[in-house]
Amino acid sequence: MSNVLFKRTEALTSKEFSYCPGCTHGIIHRIVAEVLEELNILDRTIGVSPVGCAVMNYEYFNCDMQQASHGRAPAVATGIKRVLPNNIVFTYQGDGDLASIGTAEIVHAAHRSENITVIFVNNAIYGMTGGQMAPTTLVGQKTTTSPTGRDPRHSGYPIKISEMLATIPGATYIERVSVHNPQNVRKAKQAVKRAFEMQIQGKGFSMVEFVSTCPVNWGKTPQDALNWLVDNMIPYYPLGVYRQPEAGEKNE
Amino acid sequence: MNSEKINCAGFGGQGVMLIGQLLAYAANEEGFNTLWYPSYGPETRGGTANCSVTISKQPVNSPVISKADSIIIMNKPSLDKFEDKVRPDGKIFINSTLVNKKVNRSDVEVFYIPVNDMAAELGNPKVANLIMLGAYLESTKLFEDEVIIKLLKKSFGENKAHLIPINQQALQAGRIFIRQ
Amino acid sequence: MAKVMMKGNEAMGLAAIKGGCRAFFGYPITPQNEIPEYLARVMPEYGGVFLQAESEVAAINMIYGASGAGVRSMTSSSSPGIALKQEGITYIAGAELPCVIINVMRGGPGLGGIQPSQADYKQVTRGGGNGDYYLLAFAPENLQETVNIVKEAFDLAEIYRNPVMIAVDGLIGQMMEPVDVDMEIPKREIPEKTWATTGTLGKRERNVVNSLYLDPQALENHSLKLKAKYDLMREKEQRYELVNVDHSEIVIVAYGTMARICRSAMEILNEKGINVGLLRPISIYPFPEKAFAELPSTVKGLLTCELSTGQMIDDVKIANNGKLPIGFFGRTGGMLPEPEEIVDAVIKMIGGMKNE
Repeated sequence: MSNVLFKRTEALTSKEFSYCPGCTHGIIHRIVAEVLEELNILDRTIGVSPVGCAVMNYEYFNCDMQQASHGRAPAVATGIKRVLPNNIVFTYQGDGDLASIGTAEIVHAAHRSENITVIFVNNAIYGMTGGQMAPTTLVGQKTTTSPTGRDPRHSGYPIKISEMLATIPGATYIERVSVHNPQNVRKAKQAVKRAFEMQIQGKGFSMVEFVSTCPVNWGKTPQDALNWLVDNMIPYYPLGVYRQPEAGEKNE
Repeated sequence: MNSEKINCAGFGGQGVMLIGQLLAYAANEEGFNTLWYPSYGPETRGGTANCSVTISKQPVNSPVISKADSIIIMNKPSLDKFEDKVRPDGKIFINSTLVNKKVNRSDVEVFYIPVNDMAAELGNPKVANLIMLGAYLESTKLFEDEVIIKLLKKSFGENKAHLIPINQQALQAGRIFIRQ
Repeated sequence: MAKVMMKGNEAMGLAAIKGGCRAFFGYPITPQNEIPEYLARVMPEYGGVFLQAESEVAAINMIYGASGAGVRSMTSSSSPGIALKQEGITYIAGAELPCVIINVMRGGPGLGGIQPSQADYKQVTRGGGNGDYYLLAFAPENLQETVNIVKEAFDLAEIYRNPVMIAVDGLIGQMMEPVDVDMEIPKREIPEKTWATTGTLGKRERNVVNSLYLDPQALENHSLKLKAKYDLMREKEQRYELVNVDHSEIVIVAYGTMARICRSAMEILNEKGINVGLLRPISIYPFPEKAFAELPSTVKGLLTCELSTGQMIDDVKIANNGKLPIGFFGRTGGMLPEPEEIVDAVIKMIGGMKNE
């Protein structure tokens, strides 16, 4: 008798990822996909793809998908969810998309407590366009548009999205996670599951922020990138739950 | 009547838009073609407001009135603005409570009606516009009061039904003023 | 049904509901505010969605989402707000989603003014956003025509899977006229929305709403597919009215409120013994080129009249193809001409032609 120890999740298509070696998008996709499958919601889910490295993930998630313009995924998701309230709607956005050009859309989706789930991948850089400075780029971090390192007197301090959104009454569930080791991968999956459960229960806006790597644009090997994330990203972007409903109640 | 073009102007809050709207609604009730259009934007909030109404047996073409058949003037700035916009032999209806000036032209028929004073006498300063409408209707013989009252009843609903009699009195007061 | 008096903006809101619209996303801007205000009150009675978005940009992207989910959706705005929506509009055109956009035009450029204008003609008729696309665009002149077209727009948007814009000047939004919102519109066969993202429910292949084609050959193919739709629109959707063009030396070309002012000018000219015709585009994309072919040989000149400094005149030149002399009369910035100004322009043009 043989046991199946591992199988590909139904929630991903057979299309090969286009992500760079060592990039954590792949793990994050798997987590989201497994949760969609395990919660048995895949066939009523509509995902919204961003602009950025994950722009083509409408080819990866094995459910109905819409591709949104830069930063507007929460608005697109709002449009879908408002007309199809019984479906499950999620966005998948990077830090250029969500934390820069799309700040208005994410803030107001949270503010209205849109009953959607946001997967926010923060790797402190614009990946797809070739490594420019993002609002999340750390102080001193070198990018193609901060060649001598981010200077807060010139570009301000890195923006902390989870902390900011956690101040909004409509934000029901906000957690920041990382996938730099198996233990954290498991925690991250629990967070994503909780976020989608919030939506299933009609509790309103949920977001999971992943601090993530970009080995290619950081100029590091995958392992060095993960180490740099632990040493630099997590201290500035602490992991944890930033907002959650108390005792199962909807957030006020 | 083949067609009637009216400009109606005053301060925001004097009910000049309502005078025009009631005329347009009444025209539609009576089977005429009609078009009402307001000045809009900041000027209607506290400044001067005006509207144009065209009533016609033929389809209404230009919403822009170059020469009105009648103008209704509820305050002094409106007289300055619209005095030249009425055609020769046209009619000017002036709220003489607020406009202490006489019309310069001699080729038009002018009615000076102290509608604010008359409304105060009736016990409700808000019906000055309906007194003016009554005067206008008496002079032009355009519509009967019944049409206007029917429209007001519809628009007031049950909550404001008690205001119908005072509005009816206002229309009558305007008519009587013109008859005398 | 008897005609009832309605304000243009409210009539367009009701017409949208009658046309099957069940989702409205918008943002306040004068002079179109009565559309969202009306739908905020009335849409819930029809079980539809009304939401005031945080910006015009968000509103049009909500339309993308809702329309992509298969629901008849509409947004409305006025000129500067429509400029902001262009990002979403080009995505909607690229992803071949249906939607209806009402543009109650005001004066520009920039913040401009709030009075009636037709100065967005080029933006409306040239797509407006990036890429090789067009909107099906109508510019009605009175409220009855406007409500009929708003209702039809939802059918046409789905038939062509393309955004439809109703471009009216601020006056049409603000005025009241008798209107019958239940007047019959042509019955059209509406294709099923097999493309909508509604969740697969395990019953079909997954659907993707998308405008990204990284392979240039794929994008060229996509663009050619879109072009074929626009060609079909040009063949089937040209709408216009010809008034009194027989025995007229001069034909005025005008649309919207300007066309109505021109009609009054034509009456005045007629009293003076001058016969003038009107060619009134109702569709502005596709531009009614067919109407120009119908003009009799007795027509000796065209006078384009617009509430702008001259935008449609370029389309008139293309349609005229060098055949007749073309004059222009325009007021802009929110200024509306009196009919007499058009009368003078016509007389001047006739005088000029005689001197040549």
